[in-house]
Amino acid sequence: MIKTEAAPSNSGLFKLWYHRMASPVWFYRISGKLLPWLWALFAVLLVTGLYGGLVTAPADYQQGDSFRIIYVHVPAAWLSMFVYMVMAVSGAIALIWRIKLAEMVLVSCAPIGASFTFIALVTGSLWGKPMWGTWWVWDARMTSELILLFLYLGVIGLYSAIEDKRMASRAVAILALVGIVNIPIIHYSVEWWNTLHQGATVTKFDKPSIHIDMLIPLLLMAGAFKVFFAISLLLRTRNELLERELPRKWVKQLVEENDG
Amino acid sequence: MQETNAFTTLLKRDFMVAFRHRNEIFNPLLFFSLVTLLFPLGIGPSPTLLQTIAPGILWVAALLAALLAADNLFRTDYEDGTLEQLVLSPQPLPLMVTAKVLAHWLVSAVPLLLLAPVLAVSFGLDAHAIGVAELTLLLGTPVLSFVGAIGVALTVSLKRSGMLLALLVLPLYVPVLIFGSNAIDTAAAGLPVSGQLYLLAALLVLAVTLAPVAIAAALRMSVSQ
Amino acid sequence: MAEFFHMGGYALYVWSSIGITAVVLLLNVLLPLQKHREMLRRAADFHELEGGNHDTR
Repeated sequence: MIKTEAAPSNSGLFKLWYHRMASPVWFYRISGKLLPWLWALFAVLLVTGLYGGLVTAPADYQQGDSFRIIYVHVPAAWLSMFVYMVMAVSGAIALIWRIKLAEMVLVSCAPIGASFTFIALVTGSLWGKPMWGTWWVWDARMTSELILLFLYLGVIGLYSAIEDKRMASRAVAILALVGIVNIPIIHYSVEWWNTLHQGATVTKFDKPSIHIDMLIPLLLMAGAFKVFFAISLLLRTRNELLERELPRKWVKQLVEENDG
Repeated sequence: MQETNAFTTLLKRDFMVAFRHRNEIFNPLLFFSLVTLLFPLGIGPSPTLLQTIAPGILWVAALLAALLAADNLFRTDYEDGTLEQLVLSPQPLPLMVTAKVLAHWLVSAVPLLLLAPVLAVSFGLDAHAIGVAELTLLLGTPVLSFVGAIGVALTVSLKRSGMLLALLVLPLYVPVLIFGSNAIDTAAAGLPVSGQLYLLAALLVLAVTLAPVAIAAALRMSVSQ
Repeated sequence: MAEFFHMGGYALYVWSSIGITAVVLLLNVLLPLQKHREMLRRAADFHELEGGNHDTR
């Protein structure tokens, strides 16, 4: 009895934070304030990354200037995995604590992740043409990436097929969790399959050492892509929020503010 | 004890139902043999070529047959309300779901195991390779049933789910396809295959322990719609 | 400058990679922004029609 009357403890603060995080109005306002800053950060990272990657980094001694494709290919490939992880984590949060916001983040992740996967595949193919002489080889990473694209398409397909969007979010959350358990297994099996069947193909994607002048722009670009992901995710989640909460009072207030 | 009772009752019940509608047993079998036999017609009768591609064909056909069979795993039970009763029953749902998947596997995949050697012979595989093929199918098809059941449980409430089910499930079948067909391939070359078989067994253990939880969660979601 | 665009003979591959990436990323921003405008319009319509009779949750 006495304990509960004591000053707000850590758990009290946590509860406050927890409710705020789950509160749609709070999220909508704070994300609106955050977006301009993210745009600015994205612009800085993108310009410096591109300048470093396309202009100042020296040409690769083996691949010439074609290696510059890594500045879009590698960040996209990294992000394609990262987005799936974010999706699965928000899926777990949505299933366990039933936080609506986590559901919206989850469904907003899928199209962005699919986009990054698509970019990784297309640029990988565009890199493969001058390097391998063909547009496509059944390289382990490319094959895993292709399967990942189908996993994303499955999530998008399932979400759009189920009419009731709350049910659809739960279905997609389960699917994302099943996917995250399977991705390492798929990845490992494809890698194993590839080493067994490897003929003349040489994996040019992983270089044992990379020059520091090449690495810094790569990290900048990876940062830019990550910030871009945050921007796109916030935009989509805000839309999802507005769509689901259209009749609520806070949306009315928002509309009135916009008019005034 | 009560759980074991419920488990066996459900298993028997599903078994009986399947035997009353025999096409549930014969359709996947028919599909499996038809798909397999289309390949020689499409590729040509060269024995060496057929021998090389036989492991892949057998496993791809098994994958597709499993996908086809999975579609009616929960369908009729969903339509007549049995599934809702099952979800509401006091028995642990993951366990009940395991019974259903097991019954489904016995009915749809075991006949396939019996037919596979005949098809393998027609592709010119030797006795050792056929034995390994049987082992991989024995270890791999239950994984297909369990993983397929997750996809079916997610889509059972939808009217047209065929293509979506394929999109959800086939990418998850990739590891089984890789290890299964490679084991047969390696056996045909006269090399040891215990590694692949252990990996398949590991996949099976993983599927049996984790999939029922996902299937149960997905069924709860589907039934509540 | 021309040398920069030439990319050591790999211009086609490098610039189309960057072009495709730019288009896909741009779509990932433009489509949500367009939808956002549409959502705000729908919200305005909804609350206009509803008058003061909105859901008070």
